[in-house]
Amino acid sequence: MFTNFPLFPSQASVEATQVDGLYFFMLAVTAFFSLLIATLVVFFAVKYRRRQADEVGAAIHGSLALELLWTIIPFFIMMVMFGWGAKIYFNLFRPTPGAMEVYVVGKQWMWKAQHMDGQREINELHVPVGRPVKLIMASEDVIHSFFIPAFRVKADVVPGRYQVLSFTASKAGRYHLFCTQYCGTKHSGMVGSVVAMEPQDFQAWLGGGNASDTPAAAGEKLFTDLACSSCHTNDATARAPQLKGAFGTTVTLANGSTAVVDEAYVRESILNPQAKVVAGFQPIMPTFQGLVTEEQLLQLIAYVRSLSAQPGSAASPAPASPTMPQSSDRPAREPGK
Amino acid sequence: METLNYLNNGHGLASWLLTKDHKRIALLYLVSITAFFFLGGMFAFMIRLELLTPAGDVMASDTYNKMFTMHGVVMVFFFLIPSIPAVLGNFLIPIMIGAKDLAFPRINLLSWYIYVLGGLFTLVAALSGGVDTGWTFYTPYSTAAANSHVITAALGIFITGFSSILTGLNFIVSVHRMRAPGLTWFRLPLFVWSMYATSLIFILGTPVIAITVLLVAAERTLHMGIFDPALGGDPVLFQHLFWFYSHPAVYIMILPAMGVISEIVQAFSRKNIFGYSFVAFSSLAIAIIGFLVWGHHLFVSGQSVYAGLMFSILSFLVAIPSAVKVFNWTATIYKGSVLLDSAMLYAFGFIGLFTIGGLTGLFLAAVGLDVHVHDTYFVIAHFHYIMVGGAIMGYMGGLHYWWPKISGRMYSEGWAKLAAGLIFIGFNLTFFPQFILGYLGMPRRYHVYPPEFQVLNIASTLGATVLAVGYLLPMVYFTYSIFYGEKASANPWGARGLEWEIPSPPPTENFLVTPIVTHGTHQYAPSREVGIV
Repeated sequence: MFTNFPLFPSQASVEATQVDGLYFFMLAVTAFFSLLIATLVVFFAVKYRRRQADEVGAAIHGSLALELLWTIIPFFIMMVMFGWGAKIYFNLFRPTPGAMEVYVVGKQWMWKAQHMDGQREINELHVPVGRPVKLIMASEDVIHSFFIPAFRVKADVVPGRYQVLSFTASKAGRYHLFCTQYCGTKHSGMVGSVVAMEPQDFQAWLGGGNASDTPAAAGEKLFTDLACSSCHTNDATARAPQLKGAFGTTVTLANGSTAVVDEAYVRESILNPQAKVVAGFQPIMPTFQGLVTEEQLLQLIAYVRSLSAQPGSAASPAPASPTMPQSSDRPAREPGK
Repeated sequence: METLNYLNNGHGLASWLLTKDHKRIALLYLVSITAFFFLGGMFAFMIRLELLTPAGDVMASDTYNKMFTMHGVVMVFFFLIPSIPAVLGNFLIPIMIGAKDLAFPRINLLSWYIYVLGGLFTLVAALSGGVDTGWTFYTPYSTAAANSHVITAALGIFITGFSSILTGLNFIVSVHRMRAPGLTWFRLPLFVWSMYATSLIFILGTPVIAITVLLVAAERTLHMGIFDPALGGDPVLFQHLFWFYSHPAVYIMILPAMGVISEIVQAFSRKNIFGYSFVAFSSLAIAIIGFLVWGHHLFVSGQSVYAGLMFSILSFLVAIPSAVKVFNWTATIYKGSVLLDSAMLYAFGFIGLFTIGGLTGLFLAAVGLDVHVHDTYFVIAHFHYIMVGGAIMGYMGGLHYWWPKISGRMYSEGWAKLAAGLIFIGFNLTFFPQFILGYLGMPRRYHVYPPEFQVLNIASTLGATVLAVGYLLPMVYFTYSIFYGEKASANPWGARGLEWEIPSPPPTENFLVTPIVTHGTHQYAPSREVGIV
């Protein structure tokens, strides 16, 4: 009945190897100190056990040398652990040019993924082995967290912002995908699989039957359906900024400050158009809050991005910000907003 | 004719419910927190029962979610936080500083009533259907999505917070103003130092949690946009506010236990503490640095990478004063006159379990490694080693050490040793497998889990059963001792300290004559005066 019970998780990504290296180092150091303390305590308790009822201990009050020793040695060991852990963390957020991007939306209680080539998945994510993957994630409702134990990576998906999660699978296989931020009744049902495939198998899967419109194509259709196109026309007299070539550039705002046109900016401009109005335009755009879902927002962004793509290059432009498009990296809001 | 003491000085319910005696108030707290401990334990038992099998077959998902929420709320806010301060601190601080009572006896009684009122709100929330947000009340789930009694439970926490603030205030004022003649700061027992550090956290941190839960209630009822992005709020702001209190709250739980362990290790080694001022100042260091580490709960919440690094290094730093204490306790036993009575067994248990809990905390402070184990059973195991292995071991050790003073009776040493052993074994069997589960990737708060995690979960549930027996035994032999126990002498352990110089149980006024202190309170051998470092 209980034939399959692992004690250590599969190691299936480049990141997993790094994390496990630190884990085993810390395990060795902490096991050494635990055993040292336990041995000393037990040894002293036996050696110095009370032999007469009125016996008292030796008059020892302390030692500055010892206190310094057991402050400084742990300090240096901990700084090694800190530096090692920080290095791994930094690598997780390093920009990965040429990464395969996938849009992920979390909602109570499922994960939806959409590949740039149009493949859509629910509670599954197919990725190729050996190529960096960059997930751009949004939440439709509460906070979720995207966790792949075999890859040792995890990130909270906070509603209202985009979260990036990068990894490179290193071993083909099917692995657990868990939501690790408590999100309500079926939190433990918000699970699925990540399938890492050899590149040729992955290409074959991508070409399989399940494809629909690419996100950019779906976004273009939405752009017309929501009547965005009636103002965002491509002529110089338009009432709204031109979107062709805009993504990735820096624009000057009505209040004189500047903003980088990235995923977070486009999202904010659709949901809260008055927040950062481009200089030279009137704040006339209505909000689309409640009219578009997070998935549709991602499709609209994909469309706006496609208007700036270099002809002939399949890869999308590198993100404008050096780290992830977090809210903390967003330019300061206008006063009074 | 029995001599007059605080227990027989006044009979009837009113003499207890209207008492201003710190010792009687301590007993009121003892009864109420014990009730909450067993209530929280029952929720834990339901959780472990459900997790015996991978499928959700004992209760519905919503019920399970309420079980772990109520377990957390009751254990954290109504047992662990008040446990040592409100029971042992209330009983011992005035005696240890040579005073007749705390500075504000009426406020002390008021704090118990506030605690009970807060507890009633939580009971009402539990009985009327429960809360399902997790004890962390993360937004926007708690404000926009949860369909349970969030506001009632939040108000319970809000109200109880004031009880902590008043207790902390009372302790700080008493230690400053009411020490007996000659009792300088560096002659104080280390338990008083640790309670002083705890009180600082009480009065500086608790108002923040009060504000935070009030904001949650405001957003839920009035739809003010504070945390919910759909209303223009920021959900991560809640996490910053919540952990600004709730991380220091961990030190509220562990610092008093460390104080208790310092007392027990000295008494049962018949030796004064090794490095008094390092142990005393490490309590203050923990209290201060503890306020600067909350961001390690947000390593995967999308806070800036650089903030993550700062919180990582600070979290490592807070481990150093804890390590210093462990080394000093170990050195105290060296060349002592060691007696392994039950209280000392609890202290040894504390040192072992706290060491494991503290060292696994380093794994969580290492930011790149935390990404993997965050919100998994590794975290559950880690903080139970601190809170149950540390704080409750300290509390149990303290109860055993001071029980003769509190009740005037001796309990059965044999049964007490058996209980200490069962608790130690049961605890490790419950929580050690959870480290392995966590590194495997089992997320916390999962009602249903993949079948390959079952074996370790069965081990954990078995351990919890042993642990439950271990916790029930003291209930029995302590109660038995009150009626049939041998009468305790003033100083049954041959320990030093003002509390052992007065009768067991003490008279209402503690000291018939105010003591004059001429040396450190724990002097087992002739000593030099301990100075400032």
